[in-house]
Amino acid sequence: MLNYITSYLSSNTTPGQAGNVFWATVYILVVFGGISVAVMAMNWLERKALAHFQIRLGPMRVGPHGLLQPIADAIKLMTKEDIIPAEADKFVFWIAPLIILCASFAVYIVVPFGPTHAITDLNIGILFMLGVSSLSVLGVVMAGWASNSHYPLIGALRSSAQMVSYEVAMGMAVVSAVLMTSLHGLGPYGVGVGTSGTGTLSMIGIVQAQQEQHVWFLFKFFPLGFIAFGIFAIAMVAETNRAPFDLPEAESELTAGFHTEYSGLRWSLFMLGEYAAMIAVSSIAVTLWLGGWYRPFPNTLTGDTWDLVFSLFPALTFLTLAAIAFVGVRRMPKHPYFRVQTIGLAGFGAVLGLIGLILFAPPVRDRIQDIFWFVAKVAGFMYLYIWYRATFPRYRFDQLMKVGWKVLLPIGIGVLILTAILGVVL
Amino acid sequence: MAPIGTLHYLVVAAALFILGVIGVLTRRNVVIVLMSIELILNAVNLNLVAFSRLWGLHGQVFAIFVITDAAAEAAVGLGILIAFFRNKETVNVDEVDLLKW
Amino acid sequence: MQPVATTFFFYFLSGLTLLSGVFVIIRKNPVHSALALIFGLLAQAGLYLMLYAPFVAGVQIILYAGGIMVLFLFVIMLVNIERSQREEQFNKQWVVGLLAAVALGALFVVVYVKGKALFPYRIAQPIESSNTQQIGVMLYGQYMFAFEIASLLLLVAIIGAVVMAKKRI
Repeated sequence: MLNYITSYLSSNTTPGQAGNVFWATVYILVVFGGISVAVMAMNWLERKALAHFQIRLGPMRVGPHGLLQPIADAIKLMTKEDIIPAEADKFVFWIAPLIILCASFAVYIVVPFGPTHAITDLNIGILFMLGVSSLSVLGVVMAGWASNSHYPLIGALRSSAQMVSYEVAMGMAVVSAVLMTSLHGLGPYGVGVGTSGTGTLSMIGIVQAQQEQHVWFLFKFFPLGFIAFGIFAIAMVAETNRAPFDLPEAESELTAGFHTEYSGLRWSLFMLGEYAAMIAVSSIAVTLWLGGWYRPFPNTLTGDTWDLVFSLFPALTFLTLAAIAFVGVRRMPKHPYFRVQTIGLAGFGAVLGLIGLILFAPPVRDRIQDIFWFVAKVAGFMYLYIWYRATFPRYRFDQLMKVGWKVLLPIGIGVLILTAILGVVL
Repeated sequence: MAPIGTLHYLVVAAALFILGVIGVLTRRNVVIVLMSIELILNAVNLNLVAFSRLWGLHGQVFAIFVITDAAAEAAVGLGILIAFFRNKETVNVDEVDLLKW
Repeated sequence: MQPVATTFFFYFLSGLTLLSGVFVIIRKNPVHSALALIFGLLAQAGLYLMLYAPFVAGVQIILYAGGIMVLFLFVIMLVNIERSQREEQFNKQWVVGLLAAVALGALFVVVYVKGKALFPYRIAQPIESSNTQQIGVMLYGQYMFAFEIASLLLLVAIIGAVVMAKKRI
């Protein structure tokens, strides 16, 4: 048994390619659990960060600094009464959140956390991700239709029109990034003879192409990679119906749009699907433009010492978080009512510190590198999402559609043509 | 059980085709007739891709073209349906008889 | 790449496709038919994956399930179908239609039984890892003309659909 585990761990293919059902199931469960935990953490982070942006404190009561708030929310939503509107189509009402959830979670099959740490590496990786995330439009339309009331219907129509429009702009940006995988030459402008020649749609292949060309596609053919990344970054915010493009689901506009009539557990499924979709499109952006799982400066700062320095980052991150937790413990009010919270926060800090110390050990340190850098970059994107929500005012719907079709799409096509020209000329 | 060969896929495609033909010939709702046409096109696609496993990638390229044309045809067909519905307020196929004598 | 549990997946996916086909032509509510068709299309994408055609499977998911069916659902919502759900669902000539379809099915059975020798069981496994690249080479090389005509066809379809669905031309 142990032999089986160690022999698999030292292989260099993904479980999908090896045709190994057991390890594929293990990976799927790990990814599923990880995404669920990430969604709960994202829920907490959004409320705290939004509050701090607005110069208030956010949830402080439920756990120390509101750390148990997502769990309390989950319990509340699960114990609420399940209300289905009269005359609503029961089957379609029931299945709409499931479609959004399945579409958002099925995307994670091809997300590459490392060179062999993906559930499988489809030949059509990026195409699969874009296609399956476009299936959530169906869930939105059906949710609005099945609610049998006008606010959800209008919200669903607006939301699905918005998602479909920004998918086109996303596709253009993705195509120009995929085009860059087929170039020879190293560095931002492709001088010299590189090693790759055939383009690829597979996610692991795209990251490896960035490694072979010694440049993140963000900086390739500067500013073209940058503009393509910008188009994708804007389109992905609109695709997931987040601020500033959240007219269909903002409370002051349409009383929560297509999920107005959903309450309790069904509504939490919508939120789960929305956060999972956010993480999914962020991982597309990280894979395509930000170098996937490679550490910063893999080619300019080479050598064993730099490798060692960068390999200490995961442990240092967790130790920093533990230090912040202990600073919070010191600042807790010294009152008997706060004793439980103080102990809880100290315990949480101790757990974080323990994880940090474990990550100092060399065998763990070498294996965790790829996953850490990937997750760190995606976490940066999550923070950007929350920052956008706190900062930008909302787009009106006609302005939204105008930006999608008349601004992003022409710029995307222009970037694609220029990338192709530069790829041929240089 | 026999290993899954091309014939299995052809039988599935034929069954889908028959289902689509039944839908086109017997339903009254125009939208469902259009969806049955999509079933027929899918059956043809399955046939093409099943054969392309034997005889090269030409079948898959043709299948891509068929999907593209199905999209165009669905768009135009639904446009006609909307235009007709605006005039006559019904989606019954039997009522599309303005040119009948 | 080793295939895993081919028999199970084939029967499961093709059963799902045929079942959803039956639901498309049976259900009274067009939204239910559309939902059944979506599941059928996704199951068919799985069948394409089993046939070593990942690119066609991806195109099927994006275009058919994610594009055409959204179009259908939009139109079903725009067209008020409440009244039509209480009417008769099947044609006056449903018997003749059914007989014609059964005759076609008998023809298919005859063809497949007689021509069984033409469809060999042993099949070489094509390489899956470069499917997209090979299709790209063919699409832009041998089938370039057809590709351009298909894009022109899509342009014509867009203009036609926009003109026909507008309120005032």
